[in-house]
Amino acid sequence: MTDEQQPVSEEPTRRDFLFLATGAFAAVGAANVVWPLIDQMNPDASVKALASIEVDLGAIETGQSVTVTWRGKPVFIRRRTQGEIAEARDVAFDALPDPQGDEARVTKDEWLIMVGICTHLGCVPLGQAGDFNGWFCPCHGSHYDTSGRIRKGPAPKNLEIPPYEFVGDTRIKIG
Amino acid sequence: MIGRTPTLLAACLLLAGLSAPSTANAAGEAKNPHAIDWSFGGPFGTYDRSALRRGFQVYKEVCASCHGLNQIAFRNLAQPGGPEFSEAEVKAIAAEYEVTDGPDDYGDMFERPALPRDRFVEPYPNENAARAANGGAYPPDLSLITKARSGGPDYIHALLTGYEDAPEGVELRAGLYYNPYMPGGKIAMPAPLLEELVEYGDGTPATVEQMSLDVTHFLNWTAEPELEARKKTGTMVLIYLTIFAGLLYFSMRRIWADQH
Amino acid sequence: MSGESTYNPTNGFARWMDARLPIMRLVHDNITDYPTPKNINYWWTFGGILTFCLVTQIVTGIILAMHYTPHVDHAFNSVEHIMRNVNYGWLIRYIHSNGASMFFLAVYIHIFRGMYYGSYKAPREVLWILGVIIYLLMMAAAFMGYVLPWGQMSLWGATVITNLFGAVPVVGENVAIWLWGGFSVDNPTLNRFFSLHYLLPFLIFGVVILHIWALHVPGNNNPIGISVKSEQDTVPFHPYITVKDAFSLSIFLILFSYFIFFAPNVLGHADNYIPANPLVTPAHIVPEWYLLPFYAILRAVPDKLGGVVLMFGAIFVLFLLPWLDTSKVRSARYRPLFRQFFALFIIDCLLLGYLGAMPAEGIYVVLARVGTVYYFAHFLIILPVLGIVEKPKEVPESISAPVLGGSAQAAE
Repeated sequence: MTDEQQPVSEEPTRRDFLFLATGAFAAVGAANVVWPLIDQMNPDASVKALASIEVDLGAIETGQSVTVTWRGKPVFIRRRTQGEIAEARDVAFDALPDPQGDEARVTKDEWLIMVGICTHLGCVPLGQAGDFNGWFCPCHGSHYDTSGRIRKGPAPKNLEIPPYEFVGDTRIKIG
Repeated sequence: MIGRTPTLLAACLLLAGLSAPSTANAAGEAKNPHAIDWSFGGPFGTYDRSALRRGFQVYKEVCASCHGLNQIAFRNLAQPGGPEFSEAEVKAIAAEYEVTDGPDDYGDMFERPALPRDRFVEPYPNENAARAANGGAYPPDLSLITKARSGGPDYIHALLTGYEDAPEGVELRAGLYYNPYMPGGKIAMPAPLLEELVEYGDGTPATVEQMSLDVTHFLNWTAEPELEARKKTGTMVLIYLTIFAGLLYFSMRRIWADQH
Repeated sequence: MSGESTYNPTNGFARWMDARLPIMRLVHDNITDYPTPKNINYWWTFGGILTFCLVTQIVTGIILAMHYTPHVDHAFNSVEHIMRNVNYGWLIRYIHSNGASMFFLAVYIHIFRGMYYGSYKAPREVLWILGVIIYLLMMAAAFMGYVLPWGQMSLWGATVITNLFGAVPVVGENVAIWLWGGFSVDNPTLNRFFSLHYLLPFLIFGVVILHIWALHVPGNNNPIGISVKSEQDTVPFHPYITVKDAFSLSIFLILFSYFIFFAPNVLGHADNYIPANPLVTPAHIVPEWYLLPFYAILRAVPDKLGGVVLMFGAIFVLFLLPWLDTSKVRSARYRPLFRQFFALFIIDCLLLGYLGAMPAEGIYVVLARVGTVYYFAHFLIILPVLGIVEKPKEVPESISAPVLGGSAQAAE
């Protein structure tokens, strides 16, 4: 590649327009060549096709949990009982290491949808376990409540809520 | 160097003279397919969306019973540069098919409607089953067929429309048909297209010629879905390189000026 | 020429670095300020083009290896995955497959340049030998690379060539089994070819370093074949030769781009888009075009072992070239009789290439035998004799000396 450089027989401070144009052209060309070499490592079309999944919630009963795989990760889908919802609402913010209201974590109160990966070091928590009637991570003892919020233990953040929307009364699209 | 040019020229002429007609296979001397002026041919070629959709319909209704399309997922039908069905249309097309999934929580495999991310359903579970159902012949997968045959889309179209009665002296055992474009002349597939075999939604008359052109057009896309982007990028690259070569040439002259 | 270094570090850091790892000195002496004959013509730009090709193949190859699966059940589909799903995958794949062809096109031009201008003659014999080694490594790498997509030609081309080793007496069959890792070309073969295909380009890179080193000792040859006599005969490599190499590369890239974007499969074989099937043999098994002349020589000999011996012999004879050519004159510019035979040699190579693609029947076999005999005759008979009987034209005194066709062609 030609780099921008000073013509041998001319004063060092004069930039010849021709060399400037050539150098600029080379730089633009190089950038256009480099981009595909980098972009090829981004998720490919087949991976992106799995980036969203639709889940039919019709078969899930109250008090039942289901785990689906989304982008290679487990996603907990729980149809909460009224009791669990009330428990989640009845928590003072200062009791929460990562304060967040239950209303902010669900679209429809009944349906709790969270990425099932402990925010500490990535293990998959066990459902309907632990001191807060939610989830318990056996790796290092993090306890999550009925809204999936961290209450006790080393995990710093609440269980992540993935982007999702209802595309029907009992159908969601995650991602 | 000067002395070499005339002799090199002679060499090229000699080779040209010796060359057999380009695409014919020596075994069987198949007839050369006539060249079609495809819309996707040439440096500025693009696919004709309606032809792709009609071709897809022909594949679905005629060919898919025996020929797989295993490199194509339903979602590909929506991507730019292809038939460009809408997301909703693709969902609907996919849902017409059943695919095997699983195992479920009990360890069983189950059937479910296909999703856009699934691939086209194979007509047979494996090659042996395909051969058994077709008198020992294997109907090849069509995803890459226009790249996998010498003559490309011209050959496919000629083959589909080229069936004839066997000439004098050519014996065909049961299950074989005569087609002069097939290397060796004998093909296990009967003429697959008949007049008005499908009913086109856009009203185009479904002649054998039309259906063959359309399905070949579609199959060229299945083999080369990147074609439009490739040619468009190619044009820009060549323009860029020409200008760049010019800039380099004049830079070179400027730099060398003090040596002359 | 390996003479005094002209590097002069201009700042503190440069001096510090120069005392510890003189990389800038190396770059300065071998690239920036390297004295190059000022009369070299465009045939001399192909070394730079070849370096570009090697880097391109390595970069695109490493990227392809991020997405490719070297297993018989997945290889073909993984290549289609690259073509259809990976961002710009089709582009990277087509650059790599057509890049191999362009690499060989450039190497043949580079080799023929060397043969024409006597660049293999003393003191550049080792330079030439290193070049032939690079060529051999390229052929091995390309052969193995072609197997990786696991199409019909991949499998059957590999079968034909690896079967040749079975022709070696006594140990042949065991050698073939050892190469295959089994009793035919199958998954173990594919897997090891992938590993070696990844390895070889780095060996090539190493030999290229030696090749450039061996070049820089005596310095470049030039079209009149007369050694550089003074500084006047040379220009600093940068910017004179760098800009010329860049220009020539841009023209080369136009041709390369034409293939990538508008005819990406014309140099290949349709059968390789059919997944490999050990039970179905293609009608005509042919290697890629750049291996065709050797394929023709292989098939010209009716005896299997004889064919193998002659095929390898055809490459081995290249190693002997510096000693087979007895002429005291380097450049063909001043060897009118040699020029005629050189032209015939090129025609012979083209003919053998053509015949390699034809079925091994009838007139094609006859011509292949004639071509093979002539190939060896060129090296073993014609060249030694020519040096003795030829009356060369008068050679100019130096590069700068004002001779008709001397400095006037400096920038060609």
